[in-house]
Order: sequence, then structure tokens, then C-alpha cells
Amino acid sequence: MTKLISQRVIASLLSLLGLLILVFFLSRLTGDPAVLFLPIDATEEMKTQFRALHGLDLPILEQFGRYVWDFVHLDFGESLRKARPAIDVVLEAYAWTLPLAGITMGLVVVAAIVLGSLAAFNVGGFFDRLVSIVSLIGASAPDFWIAIVAIVVFAINLSWLPTSGVGTPWHWVLPIAVLFIRPFGLIVQVVRGSMLTALSAQYVKTARAKGVKNLPIIFVHTLRNAMLPVITVIGDQAAAMLNGAVIVETIFGFPGIGKLMIDSILQRDFNVVLAAIMVTALAIFIMNILIDLAYGLLDPRIRN
Amino acid sequence: MSNALLEVRNLSVDFHTARGTVHAVKNVSWSVNRGETLAILGESGSGKSVSASAVMNILDMPPAHIVGGEIFYDGQDLLKVSYETHRALNGKKIAMIFQDPLSHLNPVYTVGWQIVEMMTAHGRPADMARARALELIKRVGIADAEAALHKYPHQFSGGQRQRLMIAMALMLKPDILIADEPTTALDVTIQADVLALLKELQAETGMGLVLITHDLGVVAEIADRVVVMSKGEIVEAGTPRDIYHNAQHPYTRQLIGAAPGKGTIKLLDADAPLLLETRKLCKTYGEFTALKDVSLSLHRGQSLAVVGESGSGKSTLARSILRLEAADSGEALWKGRNLLTMNARDLLGMRREIQMVFQDPTQSLNPRMSVYQLISEGWDIHRLMPDKAKRQARVAELLEQVGLAPEYAARYPHQFSGGQRQRIAIARALALEPELIICDEAVSALDVSIQAQVIALLDDLRARLGISFLFIAHDLGVVRDFADTVVVMKAGEIVERGPTAQIFDAPRHPYTQRLLAANLDPDPDMQAQRRLAGAPA
Repeated sequence: MTKLISQRVIASLLSLLGLLILVFFLSRLTGDPAVLFLPIDATEEMKTQFRALHGLDLPILEQFGRYVWDFVHLDFGESLRKARPAIDVVLEAYAWTLPLAGITMGLVVVAAIVLGSLAAFNVGGFFDRLVSIVSLIGASAPDFWIAIVAIVVFAINLSWLPTSGVGTPWHWVLPIAVLFIRPFGLIVQVVRGSMLTALSAQYVKTARAKGVKNLPIIFVHTLRNAMLPVITVIGDQAAAMLNGAVIVETIFGFPGIGKLMIDSILQRDFNVVLAAIMVTALAIFIMNILIDLAYGLLDPRIRN
Repeated sequence: MSNALLEVRNLSVDFHTARGTVHAVKNVSWSVNRGETLAILGESGSGKSVSASAVMNILDMPPAHIVGGEIFYDGQDLLKVSYETHRALNGKKIAMIFQDPLSHLNPVYTVGWQIVEMMTAHGRPADMARARALELIKRVGIADAEAALHKYPHQFSGGQRQRLMIAMALMLKPDILIADEPTTALDVTIQADVLALLKELQAETGMGLVLITHDLGVVAEIADRVVVMSKGEIVEAGTPRDIYHNAQHPYTRQLIGAAPGKGTIKLLDADAPLLLETRKLCKTYGEFTALKDVSLSLHRGQSLAVVGESGSGKSTLARSILRLEAADSGEALWKGRNLLTMNARDLLGMRREIQMVFQDPTQSLNPRMSVYQLISEGWDIHRLMPDKAKRQARVAELLEQVGLAPEYAARYPHQFSGGQRQRIAIARALALEPELIICDEAVSALDVSIQAQVIALLDDLRARLGISFLFIAHDLGVVRDFADTVVVMKAGEIVERGPTAQIFDAPRHPYTQRLLAANLDPDPDMQAQRRLAGAPA
């Protein structure tokens, strides 16, 4: 298991390096940064000054070296719009996105596992059909539409919840609820399918022949076996959330990483965009390693 | 009114499938008393497991549907009691063990946890359960019981897993133990040990034992009474001796007649030219030695059997000869040319001359290809017989040769029974007119009656077409009927070789002796004699 994890860490570091190279050269391909950053009517003198200031007049490999060196020190330069280190701006946004993603995924996982398992156990029954229909709607409804409908209904018509912004716990309710729906719909279907397979396994027969009660058969004997494919999908969905729920954050004016990225791209605040990409990548790599650890924890056959 | 411990009366179970209703069992009645062993004997699809599953309430409903009958235990009809009442009896009063302990044990929990659960599920305290588990694990012959508690199922061998299953089943001292093909997945020597253990434990506890099996040898060894099932019905019942010597029903007679190991032994034609020879073949997988200096020779028209238990290297040998697996060192000479160093073009030619028939035709035949495509594919690969009309005629001929109707060419593998599928696999091998057919456990997955037919077919092909066979098997009865020469393998090495008659009548190596002693005789009297003669411990 240690071997597996260290292999994964090495592979992750290699892909991070790949991403680093890709981001650097792609950002250079989009044109002369001096032209992109400065106003259209900037003089040639200003451009030269700008290049000297940011080391853009150095040979490309040396620029790359500096870029890597800065990355290792988590130094992405200043945010052009906020006149603060870009990394600070990004981490601040993450401080909003992480709890949002964490709480939502926590609720999704618990709800999807319980409802999906029970649906699989009563396959073909009323509860199973209900869960299937609800999850199908959830997995297919576009989130911007749900967000807008939710605002109209709960914030405007009923005035139960604030429309946007942050500040009170009430501000979190709508973003979490809207973010919840799609991954819940998807994961509940995966749990149901995986549980159906696991429930037809021979060891379930053994458990029944032993006189084990239904609830432990579902949630102890079968669920742990059924979790492996589910974990893959959970990881996938969690990664999407770490990327920032761009649409939901924008609609609800939630100051997370998704909104920051969109704003920075629109404002051409490239240092912040770079910092956001690299920090997100790092977060996703860490999460993938956690998923691998979870595999090993659940299935002893993977450990050695 | 009967005083049987457990009695099944006129049980009928239907299976509702997409193709209509199948009567899985019809009016089946049997009973078992304290201290008695009842065997339910039948081939696959005979419904022999269905009534036992109904006793345990583990039938999948749907598709199963209990149409009628009663199951009496302790004065109550188990088909009428509540789910909760039935659950409380399961494991505690009536316990069950299964054919494949690996898939019947939960892979993600320790063996200790699963054994202990047998008692905690019925409300006993965990520390008491743990003490009892330790005691029983020791009793079933697992050396380090404490360590075994913390291991997972995949860390044990097949025989050990079945012992652990037995330990689990006996945790609450049940009145009845139902064993569904408990030794079918095990090697013969392990089978003998597990059957002996079951007998001992039965004598100690006085439990009633219901043993479901397809193997007459197992019946002869362990049963007090036997019921024979065919097509969902009990066709015969009695003591194993009565059944073996005085079978009334034609099906039972056919079953007994098909039991292998009773035919005349073949003699080797020593003058035939040499076809295949291996010299000091070696193969290791990491630490594990699969083949060690394996040298053998095979002549034209010969049928050479390679016998040995699982892990002895017999399949690796076949795969190495065909270069499906790369041997580490040694030579394999096909008509004097080394197969192991052959270039790709010559190898292709050689692959036409040596064909293979695998154990499980369900897996070795592509389910998306029709029988015609399966049989004719080899001609595409080797660019033979471009003419379509000729191909069709030849496929029809081949199907007839293996005893199938020519119209079957358009069908797909799933439309056939296991025995028919293996015939298709043989027809596929024959299509390329091979000189040698390697059969890797080619009849092991088949019912005895089908097995006898397939063996007869192979024998006929050998006599008529002069094809040689390298016949890999673990079933000594089949080997005795089919082979003229036997090679015994153990842990990657050949420990004994010789003409079939010599190996069976005067085995020299202790391992061969042990193997033969563990092989069960379908005749209860013969088996009793062998047991007394001090066979396996």
C-alpha cells in the first residue's frame, strides 16, 4: 500500500510538472504579455519597462526557471487588480470554496449512500422507483436553471432566504442545495447499481444463511464491497467542486474560487489565474491520493 | 407423523424466467435425522440445491416461487413462519456451507470477524464468540488460530477456507448442517481431509448432515442415505449400496454407468514416431516455481495425461508449449524443431498443428460469434479454404463429427448446454486438422454423463484420425479411462511417469499413492474397503 501511494505521489508530481510547463508555454503562446496587460494606447517605452520589470526580456528558458522557482515558493507575483500577492487572493477564495464543497459533498455522500442502498435492496419497489426518478431529474437538470428557480421561489416569492452574498449561515443554504442536486443524482445511481451487483454476490447468501439481519447485510456486508466504484465517482464530483462551482458561485455572488477565476479572466489578472490553476491542481492531486487511500482502507486485497 | 429432525414434504418450486416458467423442483420430499447423513445426488440443473435453499430461505424470489409443500423443523412449517422467526433459526439451528468458499466469504472482512458474527448476529456477546471461534478454528485444523482470526479470506488456500466455513457453521452447534457441494472446488487429497473432518464433527455433535453433490464417490464415502434427483424430481432413494448395485431408474443406472475409472486401460503403441518432446522446461513467477526441469515426450497417436493438483504447474506446461506463456529456460521440440525459439511465421504454422481445448467453453468461445464463425475463424487466420460453399460443408461435417446437428452452425454459444459447448470447442480445434490437441481440464466442468460422452468422442477421434492428446486433468478416473501414459506433477516437477496401468496398479512415488488413495470410488463397498485399508488421514 505504501508502495502504491508513493507511486501515486510521484505520478502526481510528474503531472503537476507537466501542467506547470503547459501553463507557462500556453500563456506565452497567447501573445506578448506586455501587449495583453497594458492598455492599448501604452507607449513602446512603457512596454519595455513592463518587460524589464517582469523579466519578460530574459531568454525563455531563464524565464521558465524563474517561473518554476517562484512556483516552488508559491510566489505567483502580484494580483494586478488588487495589488496584493496573487496567492493570498486565491487562498482567500479557497477559504470559501473548501467549506462549501466539503459540506455539500458530505451531505451528497451520506444521502446518496443511504438512499441508493435502500433502493437497491427494494429493487423494483415504490421506493426504488421514487429514488430513480428523483435522481434522474437531479442528474439531468441544468444547475443555472435550478439556481435561478430557487432564487425566484425561496428568496423572492417566499422571502425565506437571501438572494446572494455571504454573511449569515442562511446565505449558505441555497448554494449548497443547488450544488447538491447534480452530484447526488449521479452518485445515487452509481450506488444503486453497484449495490445491486454486490447484493447478488455469494457472500450475501452466506450472511443470510447465518441469520444476519437485513440492515447489517445491506450496510455492513454489502456496502463496503459496493463502495469501490462509488468512490471513483465521488472523487470525480468532488474534483469538479474544488475547481469552483463557477455558475453557482457567480449566480449567488459567493466569493469562492470559481467566481474569482471568472472575474480574473475577465479582468486579465493573469497572475491570479495562474495561481488559481496551480492551487486547484494541487488540491485535486491531494484528493486523488486520499481516494487511493480510501480504496486500500476499504479493500484489503488492494493493500498488498 | 414422522419424527425426522428436518423434513421436506412435496416441495415444488417454479422459476419465472423470460422464456416461461421452469419447474425447478416438483414434489420433492426428503428428511434427515439426528446423526444421519443424507446425500442429494444430481447433475447440474437437476434442482438438487433448490430444496436446501428453500430450507434456508435463501432462494432468490423472484425468479423463484414456492408453489407448494411444507418444510418441517421442530414442529413448525418453515414456509409459513415469519421472516424474523426463520432468520433466528438460520445459523443457529440450521447452518449451511457452500461450494466455493472464496466467493461465499466476504472479501473485505477478516475471517475472525465473519466467524464471530455468526454468534453476535444471534445476540451472543462478542468475547464469548471470540473464544468459541478460536476453539473451532483449532478444531478444524488451522494451525495458528489466533493469527487466522485477523487474516482475510484471500490469504488462505481453498481447503483452509472450506475448513473456516465449517468452523463458522458450527459456532452455534446447529442441529443440521447443509453442505452444498462442499468439496467440488477442492483437490482430491484436500477433499478427503474435509470429508473426514465433516464425519468426525458429525460424530462429535450428533448433527444431521445434508450433503448436496454430483459425485458418486462422495456419496459412497460419507452418506447413510441418498436421494437421486433428475430434472427437478427425485427419481430414486435408498442407501448408497442399494442405489449403486440395484438402481431401478434408468437415469440412476446411466449415472452409475458414466462414472469414470471403470473401463479397460489402454496400452501404448511404442513404435509410433516422436511428435513432441520437452527438455528441462523451467518457469517461475516471482518466488513461485511453476515448472522445474520438466521433460516429457509424446508420440503420434498417443494420449499422455498430466495429472496433479492445483498449483502443480500442469496448465503452465501446456501454455508454455504453445508459447501462450514464455518459459524461462529449456526446450520444447515439435517434430524436432524448438518451439521456444521459433520465429513468428513458423509459430503460426505450428499453432495450426497443435490445438487447444480449454476448461470452460463458456469463456473460451466468444459469445458474439456464431458457431459457424467460431469454427471457421481458424481458416481465416491460416488462409485456408477460401471457398465459402466448401467451408459451410466442412463446418456441417465437423459438427456431425462431434455429434451436433449441422443446423446448429447459425446459433450462438449461449443457446447450448455446457457439454454441447465443449463439443463446439472440439469441432473448432478439429477444423484445422491438428496433429496434437492439448486438453486443459477439458471435461472437468462437465457433468459425469456428458463427461463420458466427450471422452468417448475424443477417443474416437484419436482412433480414427490418429490425433495425439496431451490431456491435463485432476480427475484420476477420467485419466484412467482415456490415457495410455501418465505423468504425475507436484510443485512444478514430474514426480512419477509410466504407462497408465503401472501408475494405477503399482504407484511408486508416495505422492502418487496419496493421490490414488484420496480418489473416491463410486462403489460404496469398494470405498469402504479402501478406507479400511488405511487410506488418507
